[in-house]
Amino acid sequence: MSSYKKSLCALSVAVALGAFSGVSTAGEFDGVTVNILTRPGYVIAGPLAERGKEFEAKTGAKVVVTEVPFAEIFPKIQNDWSTGTNAIDVGVFAAGWGVELDAAGLLEDLTPYVEKDTKLDLNDIAPYFRDFGQKIGGKTKLLMVDGDFQMVYYRKDVLEKAGLQPPKTWDDYLAVASKIHGQDMNGDGKPDYGSCIFKKRNAQSYFAIQTVAASYVQTQGTAQGFHFDAATMKPIVNNEAWKKAFEVYKETGKYGPPEELNMDIGDTRALFKAGRCGLLIEWGDPGTLQLDPDAAKVKGLIYAVGAVGSKEVLDRATGKLVPVTKESAPYAVDGINYAPFAAFGGWAGAINAKIDQKKKDAAYAFLSYMNQAAESNVDVTIGKTGYNPYRLSQLASTDLWVKAGMPKELAENYIGAINGALNNPNMASDMKIPGAQKYTGVILDTELARYLAGEITVDEALKNIEAGWEEVTEDFGRDSQIKAQALALGTPGN
Amino acid sequence: MPNAGADVQPELAPAGIQLRESWGEWLDRHSRTFFIAPAVVLILIFAIFPTFYSIVFALSRVRFTGEGLKFRFVWFQNFAKQFLGNDQVHFLGKVGAMGWLGTLFFAAVLVAMVWWLYRCARVTSWVGMIGRLISAAMAVFVAWIIGATLLSGNPIGTLLTTLFYVVVGCALQFVIGTGLAFLCSQPISGKNFFRVIFFIPLMITPLGVGYAMKMVADITKGPFQPLFGAATVDAWVWSADPWAARIVMMICDSWQWIPFIFITMLAALENVPRDHVEAAQVDGASGIQIFKEIVWPQIVPVAVTVLLIRMIEAFKIVDLPNIMTGGGPGSSTESMTLHSMYIWRANDVGTSAAVAYLLLLLTVVTCASFFNYVVLGQLRRAGG
Repeated sequence: MSSYKKSLCALSVAVALGAFSGVSTAGEFDGVTVNILTRPGYVIAGPLAERGKEFEAKTGAKVVVTEVPFAEIFPKIQNDWSTGTNAIDVGVFAAGWGVELDAAGLLEDLTPYVEKDTKLDLNDIAPYFRDFGQKIGGKTKLLMVDGDFQMVYYRKDVLEKAGLQPPKTWDDYLAVASKIHGQDMNGDGKPDYGSCIFKKRNAQSYFAIQTVAASYVQTQGTAQGFHFDAATMKPIVNNEAWKKAFEVYKETGKYGPPEELNMDIGDTRALFKAGRCGLLIEWGDPGTLQLDPDAAKVKGLIYAVGAVGSKEVLDRATGKLVPVTKESAPYAVDGINYAPFAAFGGWAGAINAKIDQKKKDAAYAFLSYMNQAAESNVDVTIGKTGYNPYRLSQLASTDLWVKAGMPKELAENYIGAINGALNNPNMASDMKIPGAQKYTGVILDTELARYLAGEITVDEALKNIEAGWEEVTEDFGRDSQIKAQALALGTPGN
Repeated sequence: MPNAGADVQPELAPAGIQLRESWGEWLDRHSRTFFIAPAVVLILIFAIFPTFYSIVFALSRVRFTGEGLKFRFVWFQNFAKQFLGNDQVHFLGKVGAMGWLGTLFFAAVLVAMVWWLYRCARVTSWVGMIGRLISAAMAVFVAWIIGATLLSGNPIGTLLTTLFYVVVGCALQFVIGTGLAFLCSQPISGKNFFRVIFFIPLMITPLGVGYAMKMVADITKGPFQPLFGAATVDAWVWSADPWAARIVMMICDSWQWIPFIFITMLAALENVPRDHVEAAQVDGASGIQIFKEIVWPQIVPVAVTVLLIRMIEAFKIVDLPNIMTGGGPGSSTESMTLHSMYIWRANDVGTSAAVAYLLLLLTVVTCASFFNYVVLGQLRRAGG
């Protein structure tokens, strides 16, 4: 071998060794890939990918985010984890869906990780999200990346011009919507809509109906629930309260866009950002989305109402609606029963229990990184992330929000509405029992869509939901469902 | 085939040669089996086994657990609830009291079927009669569903929605596709250009067609908005009206599949001997007479075959309604394939398999009936 070749060979070996040792010492999780599955689009998934790049630079772990249609997230994860495919390491989904996966033993217990984690600052996470969102049966099984409540939003300028007050009850909602429907709300000379709600099937419509129904059905505090009788798991759905909610929900369509039945959340967001909606039911996002450059027409104009209530509530013994009294609705304020709905419960990350320890460590470190105040307190102020506040430090003052470009008055209204909902003793919790996705995302959603399309009557829809829910309960076992429901509503995870 | 190896005298040839010869002959004798074996094995593994294995799913409630899938045998419960249980409205439609129009239609179909069976009974073998009985039973059942839902003013379910896509869609596609093929078979200028243009939609993936059509058909924001706006119907949208949505779905499906009919029928039309047509022209036959008496009888075998293939495909429509409406409004545009897919997506694989089997039954009976009573008849007529 010539000396030239020898030196070239030595050089290559040196370079290879150097490169190897460089990579191996760069980070704690070099060579580890964390595969995350979540919803499509920039919302939720985008920040995971972007923060994933930062995380990779810090630790060496590669974060790969895969997106699937909303309705496929849960079944895909359940399928992957229970059949042992294990192509997914972390699922980012509704906090409530974790219960069914945990019952099947598919979720890694994050309690020991949390105990060792010095950066997480668990006490800064709002109690509802810490104890009901992140914990299952007293153990931390998920980490939030987002906190969710559904609220009603209104165009302050449009209502003021019309001399109207923000709605307090669902009847007010319909009255306000009917009065402002057809007005030009964005100065383009065309009539706009009184109310915008995502009513497309297989999308988010089943959350909005629960926001309407909760204040008619739940009166005795969060632990009462508004889907089932806690003692028997018999559905509390085929009654006058849910019927009224369905009818109100359908009537909002009279003051909505003509293609509302084919609109998902992306479509309604495009509409309100273009200044075409007077009222809307939404999660916390419109508060920050109106700060986006493409929402210039509505910047600082969309205000929130923490909850819209009802002057009539369900008498569970008779299934009839009765007027609000101190007995029928002890938490009512000025004769109106409010039950702000923690729809979806927030997007949270859970780790597959069957992956190897190194991956689990990397996955936990990434979820913790997303959750920590340093990152989260920035992400929740950016509308397009889809992340809403869930830490006390995010809700304690308007500073974060004003810094992000929100007018002070709006910031006060916004965090005031969220705080009001979070602190309401009659806050309605989303379903957090095995089969939750089937009960609501499939059965409630399908029957509601059929009712809205005029295929069936409201009575038939409620009867079908009742029968469908009973079938799911029987499938999972009534006794175990009763226990799960008690745990989900009554016993905070502590 | 004579067994040549058995006739060979052992002492006439060394053993090695005899072995080679008999091995070669053995191979020769079984060559057909060897050639076909890989295909049969593949079909068994990838088509037949899953089909039969899915029966286990269709007869069970399936749970996803930490230890894998848990089956609970429930006999025909998954099937029964499509007809009698709380899924009845979804699958069959809202079966109410039958109106006079529905009763009339059902009675007419019932009488026609009985009369047809009576006629067949005299000339058909008992095996043929079993097939005819199955076809007639399904026709009567579908007629009852049509009578009790559609013709009595009640919403229809995924069963009739699928049949609507198949029957009305295929008829529309056949008429337009054959018409275009006939035009392009005429000596007109630029026909090659039109042939290419008419063929393009078939080359696009159904997913792409779905998204393209979603944009095109959006009358509040799409390209036709000014047209609808000018006609002051922009407050009306097809996606909120069950029948309008179904018709839009069928039109969009037709847009993609007319080229298939077009290209096949064009080939058939161009195979009609020119001298037959010219002879008829010399005899003074009109254009309509030439088409009816000369051209049509010669293209009928191709026409019915292409219609059969198209029908089998049409039963599987899934991409368009999934993308354009998500099966909505309600479940109006949901085909049986989409019905099965949505249930499967919720991890209810048992019910999903049951719906898939019902679709298989519907497809097989409809297409086998069409093949036996229409396609074979036409082929025999053409051959004879």
